[in-house]
Amino acid sequence: MSLIVKDIVRHHAGNPAPTLKGMSFTLDTGCLAALLGRSGAGKSTMLRCIMGLEPFETGSIVVDGVEVKGTKDCNAEQRAQQIKAARRKLGLVFQSYELFPHLTAMQNCALAPVKVKGESQTVADKRARDLLCQLGLEHRLDAFPEQLSGGQKQRVAIARALAMEPSVLLYDEPTSALDPSMKNEVLQTLKRVDAQNVTQVVVTHDLQLARGVEYVCVLDHGVVIETGAPEQVINAPTHESTRALLQAWLSADAGSPPKA
Amino acid sequence: MDPNRLTGFEVELATMLGEKLGRQARPIHGQWDKLLDLLTRGDFELAINGIEVAEEKKRIVALSRPYFVTAEVVTFRKDLANKPTNLASLKGRIVGTLPSSMAERILKNAGADVRTYEGGQGEIYDDLKVGRIEAVLLDEPVARYYGDVEEEFESHRGDFGEVAYAIALRPDDTKLLEQVNVALESLEKDGTLRALYEKWGVWCPETAKLFGEKEADARTPPLEYEKWRVAVGKLPSFWERLTTRYPSMIGSFVKGALLTLAVSLCAMAMAILLGINLALGRRFGPKPLQWVCIAYIEVFRGTPLLIQLIVIYFGLPELGLRLDPFLAGVIALGLNYAAAEAENYRAGLESVPRGQLEASEVLGLTTAQTLRHVVGPQALRISIPPMTNDFIALLKDSSLVSIVTLTELTKTYGTLANSTRDHLGLGLMVAIFYLLLGLPFARLARKAEKHFGKHLHREAT
Repeated sequence: MSLIVKDIVRHHAGNPAPTLKGMSFTLDTGCLAALLGRSGAGKSTMLRCIMGLEPFETGSIVVDGVEVKGTKDCNAEQRAQQIKAARRKLGLVFQSYELFPHLTAMQNCALAPVKVKGESQTVADKRARDLLCQLGLEHRLDAFPEQLSGGQKQRVAIARALAMEPSVLLYDEPTSALDPSMKNEVLQTLKRVDAQNVTQVVVTHDLQLARGVEYVCVLDHGVVIETGAPEQVINAPTHESTRALLQAWLSADAGSPPKA
Repeated sequence: MDPNRLTGFEVELATMLGEKLGRQARPIHGQWDKLLDLLTRGDFELAINGIEVAEEKKRIVALSRPYFVTAEVVTFRKDLANKPTNLASLKGRIVGTLPSSMAERILKNAGADVRTYEGGQGEIYDDLKVGRIEAVLLDEPVARYYGDVEEEFESHRGDFGEVAYAIALRPDDTKLLEQVNVALESLEKDGTLRALYEKWGVWCPETAKLFGEKEADARTPPLEYEKWRVAVGKLPSFWERLTTRYPSMIGSFVKGALLTLAVSLCAMAMAILLGINLALGRRFGPKPLQWVCIAYIEVFRGTPLLIQLIVIYFGLPELGLRLDPFLAGVIALGLNYAAAEAENYRAGLESVPRGQLEASEVLGLTTAQTLRHVVGPQALRISIPPMTNDFIALLKDSSLVSIVTLTELTKTYGTLANSTRDHLGLGLMVAIFYLLLGLPFARLARKAEKHFGKHLHREAT
């Protein structure tokens, strides 16, 4: 089990109803999973809680054996330590990529391994080059982010995250900033990364993308309402609430997904 | 006429006194109305520059026996209607003089409309020449050197009063005071002072009376005065100045420019270092530190640099901290500009999107690493243009350090323009020097901007 999320409760300041109301799910090592849900379902909050970018009050998250507890269950210093340790096992591909604009694709990928893991520049550069080549960017190694297309930027962002050799790699809405015609390409990229035995979690409201993964958790109102293989969950949901949700969603979307 | 080398009868007197006291005289240039402040602050031990014997001066400093007495003299244009040749006729007239001088007091008592000039005597007579004031009342030596050299002026000794000059010392310097008095007496008795005054053309009946001598007429020709008349009497043609006079002054300007540059570079280095810390403290520090940084920025940005400099130079000695003029100048400019720099860097820091910080955080970079490798380079690009602006402004503001006895570029100009009565031609010259100082930095900044912005240029593919 590389990612175990158990009973996460998270309130946002000024909002009496919790955003996450005891969210739980478990992902096997090396699987390609999707957290699927509409805007406001709590999937972005869940992702930020896993990454330690937002606190949660109770529950626990275990990343490849490293546990992070809620703010009510441990003090700030312990939490900081836990988050730091968990982040060594985690990678995140931001929705807007957040590449460092003043660094080339290579430099983007080699910075953290050198500064954080203390790798030599040579080793870091070699890995950066290998990863970028695997993702089809061998001709863009020395390009600055501003000079890359959206899809290329995304692949640099993936390479940057993979360079830290995470056990779990999360993607925040990987298709939302791209042209719809790119969805297939994104899926191809995910499959290519899948070969490296890293657990991938795609947070998305894109049903088409979710159909391409191995395992889906459907989120609604801060809880997981159904899990399983995509063909089962999306095409033949067992729960009444999932079915209603998907139905409403499909007809509302009619092709273009709502803005996240 | 090197502004770094003082001349005049009092400079020679200082040298003579130094010999008598067995010490080497080292003249220091200070603004006349700030001399007593500089003296009490400890910049020098003796002030010998027309310090008038007056009650309110005795309250702050000790005064030696008088070494010179002279009359107050009125100067006006020959074509002035209703010439004010006596005290009563000065009532209601616009008259210029030096601030906190005996002449100023006389004028105020007489009901004149008094204008005082801090820049120097030359400017008073220049204003008289162009008609901004009707007359000038000043001590006779000043009137001779700055007024009588102009053909269109005439001067009158009248019933305006007389003034005695003495040497000012710090009140607790009683032993030195005694030595100075003994030396002055001996220089007076052996005729050295009289010879000196005659050479400079300032021997007068009042001083003759002070020395107990009957003869008010000079026995020897005023050699130095004649030299001065020749030097400043008539402004040579612009071409002549350009080919002979200005080249000989380049050395003085270069010297002043180097001091300006040294003060500015040191102050900017300090402003940058302090500014970065203020900006980081304000952006990333704990709340109390943020307040301290904001308070600092508001105080130093919101009060005049001149006041900050005066407080640091003349005020801090009260608390036992006496800074050397160069250091005081650098610190005042540095502290002031740090506030401006801090705001530049804050703007730079805030231009970097939050997501960049989160991306660094998630990758495991420490705050220091994030600032150094991610935020810093992006913020710097935004901060360079206003920084260049500030440096050039600082270069110009550094002229304020002349009030703490530093002869930098502006002071060099002021002194030379004052003594040659050539404000326009030398003004062009000093402008060229300031431009020469500033332009290389503007160029450097453009290069740096380009360097930090290279990622923004799309490739032509």
